[in-house]
Amino acid sequence: MKHLTVLSGKGGTGKTTITASFAVLAKNAVIADCDVDAPDLHMLLHPDVIETMNFKGSKLAVIDEAACTKCGLCREKCRFDAVSENFQVDPFACEGCGVCAIICPASAITLTERVSGQAYISKTKYGFMSHALLSPGESNSGKLVTLVRQNAKILAEKENADFVIIDGSPGIGCPVIASVTGVDVGLIVAEPTMSGIHDLERAVQLLKHFEVPPTVCVNMHDINKENTERIVRFCEDNGFGVAGRIPFNPVVTEAMVNGKPISEYAPRSDAAQEIEKVWSRILSALKRGSA
Amino acid sequence: MIISIASGKGGTGKTSVAVNLALSIRDVQLLDCDVEEPNAHLLMTPKISQEKPVYVSIPRINEELCNYCGKCAKFCEYNALFVSAEKVLVFPELCHSCGGCTIICPEHAIAEEKHQIGTVRMGVAGNVHLVFGELEVGEPMPVPIIREVKRQIDKSKNVILDSPPGTSCPVIETVRGSDFCLLVTEPTPFGLHDLNIAAQVLEGMKIPSGVVVNRAGIGDRKVYEYCRERRIPILLEIPFQRRIAELYSRGIPFSLEMPEWKEKFQSLFDEIERYVK
Repeated sequence: MKHLTVLSGKGGTGKTTITASFAVLAKNAVIADCDVDAPDLHMLLHPDVIETMNFKGSKLAVIDEAACTKCGLCREKCRFDAVSENFQVDPFACEGCGVCAIICPASAITLTERVSGQAYISKTKYGFMSHALLSPGESNSGKLVTLVRQNAKILAEKENADFVIIDGSPGIGCPVIASVTGVDVGLIVAEPTMSGIHDLERAVQLLKHFEVPPTVCVNMHDINKENTERIVRFCEDNGFGVAGRIPFNPVVTEAMVNGKPISEYAPRSDAAQEIEKVWSRILSALKRGSA
Repeated sequence: MIISIASGKGGTGKTSVAVNLALSIRDVQLLDCDVEEPNAHLLMTPKISQEKPVYVSIPRINEELCNYCGKCAKFCEYNALFVSAEKVLVFPELCHSCGGCTIICPEHAIAEEKHQIGTVRMGVAGNVHLVFGELEVGEPMPVPIIREVKRQIDKSKNVILDSPPGTSCPVIETVRGSDFCLLVTEPTPFGLHDLNIAAQVLEGMKIPSGVVVNRAGIGDRKVYEYCRERRIPILLEIPFQRRIAELYSRGIPFSLEMPEWKEKFQSLFDEIERYVK
């Protein structure tokens, strides 16, 4: 079983569009949406939820007003400024560390578990899917990503799947790190813009840091061909190839509006054809073991 | 006045809006809080005048005092400490720097040391004061850098905060304390879905918001229906134009080449000012 993560550094480069098409093209895969704070893949794959589980990723300090003597020690020791002047805990600021609970002389503070999201196991017409939704504004998305990946792995083992295809979130912080550790290949979807190149370079560094073999595809390559060439050279200089150049085509947005992966909605379009090439290149690289 | 620019979905044009807005108004300070992938400085090319490392505190164990009781590891909610029969392991990337282990240790064997996770840079580009942070690759926690970026806020100026995408902790840290939040979206199902999550976050935080529809003309009309139903004002529409996309791809803020947009961003600012007052 091989694990592939689609990531990008910069947001909005086309990760989900490409992942959804891979779900269509891969015959025997489990799909995992690891963009848990803004998941979009379900809008293309339309999962039927089989199982829902609460995600208890963090704790929250609760102050017993009757016992509190308002001494202010918790305010002083909290490094997250989570206790207000009138001794209310700001749930957005509290990281559930428990310092206030151990230092409170009146033992007025306890840590409670909070449900900060849901994880789902679902069935789609393209195969099983593991996904989640972090409650808006919650922290610990990295832990929820880990849960989504665990669920995907269990599903994949049970189903004897060949692949786990993971849709990552933008950035390079904790949820992205949780999405890429230990996978067989990381596909970075880059766009040929100055920002895109900058963010691609950091995403490549991230994969190298965690010893994940990188590969790159350029989305909307014809928006700026000069920058596309820069990306190709950058990849070659770093010892890996570009797996494809997907052209800009309004039919990609049209597919999204119609709630379908582009490889299903317009399989003959130039964009879908190129995504298919990217997929087959990744397949053969995985078989060779070079990615 | 502090205006934050957020979106939910990535790549909708937050930085583009933030930069063009900053270039269109006076007396402005722009803070790039997307410290995982900062881009504003690529469009502004500032002259850097100051650079500041950002540290977090992580535990340092004095093995001479430690008796391996394991209380620190038991206390740590983030599993950043592991205690075996004769060794304590610290995992800096898991540590949230709460300081709890130093308090709980009965042997006073834990002190704290500095661990660099990123850098904050300050500079000037034209009339704009720019502050941006950068997380070191491999470090998982952007929030302490965002805090350091926000410590540079000069309230006497018009402050613009460029937020990272998403709706989780780095976004909360960025928008906290703003007078107004501009949500940049695109008129597609993904744009709408993530706009809705972001709008809920702002509502929960009681921050007034308005929407900028970027790439207007692509996708469908559902974002407009949503904003009407939820009574979220649409303050600006930026059409999908190849010229704007191409300028962006070359790292050029489009209002510099298309000066009619400066007026539009100026009136966007005026309108936000009216909302806040």
